[in-house]
Amino acid sequence: MPDQTPGTPPVPESRMVSRRKTRPSLVWIVPLVAALAGAWVAVTRVMSEGPEITLVLETAEGLEAGKTKIRYNGVEVGTVTRIRLTDDHEKVVATAQMVPKGESFLLEDTAFWVVRPRVSGANVTGLGTLISGAYIGMEIGHSKERKRDFVALDSPPIVAADVPGRYFVLETADLGSLDDGTPIYFRRIQVGEVTSYALDDDGKSLSVKIFINSPYDQFVTTSTLFWNASGVDVSLTAAGLSVQSQSVMSILVGGIAFETPAGGPALSPAAADTKFTLFDDRESAFKTPSRDPQTYVLVFTQSVRGLTVGAPVDFGGISVGEVVAINAELDADTFEFSVPVTVSLDVERMGVEFTGLAPGQDFASVRHQLVDSLVAKGARGQLRTGSLLTGALYVALDMFPDAQPATVDWSQTPPSLPTFPGEIQAIEASVVNIIKKIDQMPLEKIGNDLQTAIVDLDRTLVSARTTLDDAGKLVAPNSVLSTQLDNTLMEMTRAARGLRVLADYLERHPEALLRGKTGEAQ
Amino acid sequence: MSATALTAMQLGLQRCEGCGLVSRPMEDEAEGRCPRCDEGVEFRKRASLQRTWAFLVTAAICYIPANLLPVLSTTTAEGTESDTILQGVVLLWSPTGWPLSLIVLFASIMIPSAKILALTYLLITVQRGSIRNNEQRIRLYRVVDVVGRWSMVDVFVDAFTAALVQLQPLMSVEPGPGLFFFAAVVVSTMLAVESFDPRLIWDPSSEREVAHA
Repeated sequence: MPDQTPGTPPVPESRMVSRRKTRPSLVWIVPLVAALAGAWVAVTRVMSEGPEITLVLETAEGLEAGKTKIRYNGVEVGTVTRIRLTDDHEKVVATAQMVPKGESFLLEDTAFWVVRPRVSGANVTGLGTLISGAYIGMEIGHSKERKRDFVALDSPPIVAADVPGRYFVLETADLGSLDDGTPIYFRRIQVGEVTSYALDDDGKSLSVKIFINSPYDQFVTTSTLFWNASGVDVSLTAAGLSVQSQSVMSILVGGIAFETPAGGPALSPAAADTKFTLFDDRESAFKTPSRDPQTYVLVFTQSVRGLTVGAPVDFGGISVGEVVAINAELDADTFEFSVPVTVSLDVERMGVEFTGLAPGQDFASVRHQLVDSLVAKGARGQLRTGSLLTGALYVALDMFPDAQPATVDWSQTPPSLPTFPGEIQAIEASVVNIIKKIDQMPLEKIGNDLQTAIVDLDRTLVSARTTLDDAGKLVAPNSVLSTQLDNTLMEMTRAARGLRVLADYLERHPEALLRGKTGEAQ
Repeated sequence: MSATALTAMQLGLQRCEGCGLVSRPMEDEAEGRCPRCDEGVEFRKRASLQRTWAFLVTAAICYIPANLLPVLSTTTAEGTESDTILQGVVLLWSPTGWPLSLIVLFASIMIPSAKILALTYLLITVQRGSIRNNEQRIRLYRVVDVVGRWSMVDVFVDAFTAALVQLQPLMSVEPGPGLFFFAAVVVSTMLAVESFDPRLIWDPSSEREVAHA
C-alpha cells in the first residue's frame, strides 16, 4: 500500500496465501497406492488369463460350467467356463479357460476326454470322480501346430502317448472276449493292452489295435504268432481233452498271448503297426502256416462217423493238412455208397522243401512227381480213431507196401488219392471172417457124434463099475480070499519066527549043526 | 443452528478439537497448540477437503476390485470355488436365507457405495460454496459417520470364517484378494469421513452474512 493516490477508490488487498496450502498434500499418496495396487491386480489378472479353448463333446453329463476342471497328470490346467449345445443340437461345446502359458500344450494332437468312473474288465478307472465329479483329462501331443478347438475323445486313451512301446494290428474273425484294455501276455508277463478295435470296411474281420510296452515290443518279430488266450480254452479233439489258459486274470477278463516260434532265424523286430493274424488258440497258431495248400479227395467207403471238418491229416504223426469237406455219394447204378473227403494238404510240411528248382520246372510238376512216387511206394489215406474216448477220426497218410498199386489221376480237380481201409474196418473184416468160419463148421454132425460117444461112454462106465464092485468083493474083510490071505500071512509069521529062533540058536551053538541039540541034555 | 451466528474463525479464534477450549492463535501462521490439552489447534482441519478427496478417491478405486475379485475361496473335495461379494449374495438368496442375503447386500455393497456418493456430494457442495440444505447435509454426514464402521463386519466375518473353517482334507476357506480391497474401501471411507470437517458446510453461509454485514 505504498502508492495509494487519493481519489481512487480503496482497492482490496490481495490475500496472502501461504505456499503450503496450495501444495498437494502427501495424502494423495494413498489413492495413488490404491490405484497402483488395483492396476497391479488387474494386470496380473489379465496376465493370468490363459487361452480359451473349445471342446466338442458327445454329452456334458457330469460337467458343470465354472466347476469342471481340466487336469493334466492331476494338475489343474483349466476350468470349463461355459457349456452350450452346437447349432445343430447334436453335440455339446464346452468352453474352457486354460491356465496362463497354456498355449504351449494346446497342440494339434493334444487329446481331451471326460474322466468318469469306468469299470471294464480288468480296468477300474476314475473312481475318484465319484466324489469329486467328472473332470476333463488331457494328454499333451507332440505336434508343432497349435490349435484352440478340439474334439474330445469318447473314452480316455488306454495308453498314454508318452509311454514307450509300439502299436501293432491283429486281424481276427471275431472279437471273443476282447475289449479295450484286455491284457497281452508274453511268457505270462503282461506286456501290453488292447487299445481299440474296429470292424473292417468289408465287415468280414476285425482289426484289433494293441500296444506292447517297451522293452517287450522288441520280442514282436515278423514271425511272431498271436493267439487269443481268452479265459479257459477247453477243446475236445482227436488229440483228446486239452485245457489251456494263460493266467487267472486272463481267465476272468480274457487276454492275448504271443510267442515267436523257436528255431527260426533271428528276426528283426517288427515295424510298428505291422499286421498279424490273431489265432484262436496256441495250437492253431503254432501249426506251420500252410504256404501253398492243395486240395485232394480221398474216397472212403466206410462210415466216417466221428470225422469232422477241420480234423487233422496226419503223415507219420505230423499234421500236414486238414479235412475241408465231407460229402456223400451214392452211385446210381450200383447203389454203392462212398464218402469223398476233401482234404487240404501241404506237402511242404512233410519236410519237402522246394528250393532248388531246376530250370523249366515248376512247383506243380515237382509236387506231382513227389505225390506220384509216394503213392507208388504205397502211400494211402486211412481213417483212424484219434481218441477212443470221443471216437473222433482223423485221416492218416501212411505207407502200405502191401496195398494194391494205384496211381493218381491228375486230370481230376481235385485229384483223388487212393485210400486203404481203416484199422477198425480191417478188424471188423477179420472178425467177420472168423464168424463166417465158425458158421461153416458142421456143428450138427459134431453134436450127433458127440451124443453117440457119450452113450458109449456111459456103457463103458457101467461095466467098469461092475468090475470094480467085483474087485471090491474080493478084498472085503470077510471074503474067502482075505481069510486065506490072513492065514497064510500068520503061517508065514510063524515060519519066520521059527527061522529066527533057529538062526539065534545056530549063532550061539554053531556046533549044533554037527552035533545036534545038546542043551536039553545038560 | 442459526446461520446468523458468528463463527469462531470470524472472530479469529480457534477451537481445540480435543478439549473444546477456544484460544487465540499466535501471530504467525505456525501451527498452534492448545494451552490446555496440547492438541494441535487450527481454525479448520488442515487440508480437509484435499484429504477427504484423497481418501474418497482411494475408496472409489478399491471399490472396483473389491466387487470384481473373489472375497472367499472355498476348497472342498469337489474343487475350489471362488465367490465375489455379489455371487455370495446370490448364493445366500433362498426362501429361508434371504434376510441374510439382504444384510450382506446392504452392508457390503450398498453402504460403501452410498458412503462414497454421499461424501462426494458433500465435498462438491462445500467446494462450490453451496449454502443450501445445510441441515440435511450435516445430517447426511452424521449418518455416514455412524453407519460406515459397520461395513467392517463383513471383513471380520470373512476373516473368522477363513480362520475357523480349516477342515483340511475335506474343506477349507481362504480369503480372496477382493477382501483386502474391500477392507481398504471401508477403512478409506472411514478416514475420509474423519478428514472431512463438517464446519466447512457452514462457512460459506457465514461468510456471505459477513459480506452482507
